[in-house]
Amino acid sequence: MAMLATNPSVKDIWRWLEEVPDPEIPVVSVVELGIVRDVARDGDVIVVTITPTYSGCPATAVIAIDIEQAIRRRGVDDVRIETILSPAWTTAWITEAACEKLKAYGIAPPEKGAACVGALRAGMSIDCPLCGSSNTECISQFGSTPCKAHYRCKDCLEPFDYFKSF
Amino acid sequence: MSDNPTYEFALRMGDNSLVLGQSVSAWCGHAPILEEDIALANVALDLIGQTRMWLGLAGELEGKGRSADDLAFLRDARGFRNCLLVEQPNGDFGQTLMRQFLFDAWHHPMLKVLADTDDARIAEIAEKSVKEVSYHLDRSTDLIIRLGDGSDESHGRMQTALDGLWCYTGELYAADAIDEAVLTGGVRKIEEQYKDYTSKVIDEATLTIPETTFMHKGGKAGLHTEALGPLLADMQILQRSHPGAQW
Ligand SMILES: [Zn+2]
Repeated sequence: MAMLATNPSVKDIWRWLEEVPDPEIPVVSVVELGIVRDVARDGDVIVVTITPTYSGCPATAVIAIDIEQAIRRRGVDDVRIETILSPAWTTAWITEAACEKLKAYGIAPPEKGAACVGALRAGMSIDCPLCGSSNTECISQFGSTPCKAHYRCKDCLEPFDYFKSF
Repeated sequence: MSDNPTYEFALRMGDNSLVLGQSVSAWCGHAPILEEDIALANVALDLIGQTRMWLGLAGELEGKGRSADDLAFLRDARGFRNCLLVEQPNGDFGQTLMRQFLFDAWHHPMLKVLADTDDARIAEIAEKSVKEVSYHLDRSTDLIIRLGDGSDESHGRMQTALDGLWCYTGELYAADAIDEAVLTGGVRKIEEQYKDYTSKVIDEATLTIPETTFMHKGGKAGLHTEALGPLLADMQILQRSHPGAQW
């Protein structure tokens, strides 16, 4: 059981949320992914504002529950989760440290500024997270979760996920 | 029809993505290869996510307390405002892809225009959706070209699909008073971009746009083809038989 906080600061809450893992990629937190947009107080109520990554991503509902539990577990009962759509979530918000963690986990981190703008169809070189080779190919822009594309390394011959730029 | 153009417009956007998302999701576990199975399921998931935003907005604007789920599961075909294109049957893989391409090529410029409208509620949904739809258009464009300019078999199937679906594309960009009210100056731009883009890609795919200029319409006013009824029956049966059932 975690120690109960009687009157946590906004900073405390941010620290707790930094320990809430993404349900699908547990090596990174929901804060590192840029999903938590704001933490504030509304009287006695803690208000956490989150934004969905993909509009149909099933993890969004789980994330809201995980965040609420992370706060309640510390003895704070009045929690409200709000969702905003704009500005729309972008992989540019994922921290450098999280990108390194993704790579170590076997997922190629998003290329900066390479989001698809419709009918891109340009070859983009993504380094293999396993051997580092740039000799890779895109199998499909749609992978095991909405946020990932499916790649293959032509040197070590391993398939890998690419956290696609968005 | 409601006299609130924004409500009607939100219904149209939501019904387009709902009906297409529902149809596409039927491929889950049945696609010709694993990668396409995953891609189809992901596209369907995005579309259903977008549906929730649009129908959620429609319910708010209507002000009668109807949720996105109420609108999706408890309306009859006559109440649906989707374009006829999206309710056309899945057919073979070629027909599903052609339908997707002909829709994505309109959906993308439409959302770009909407992301710049003054109505913040519409703009934020469009801003969110257009990022997803960029990937949809990227994929369907790529596959139309590869399969159109592919083997005799794939070329023939893509041409048959195009011949059957082209007559449903005019309704997408043919604007009525509701479209004009929401899109204002953007109406012409969407039509121009649609025609320009589809003709370029279809040409690169070595396919031919049918000569007929006749275009079906009616979906935006709730007049649908026979394909919509069975699709809705399948989608709505649980909520109709067990009202209020939850996971
Ligand atoms: Zn490798």
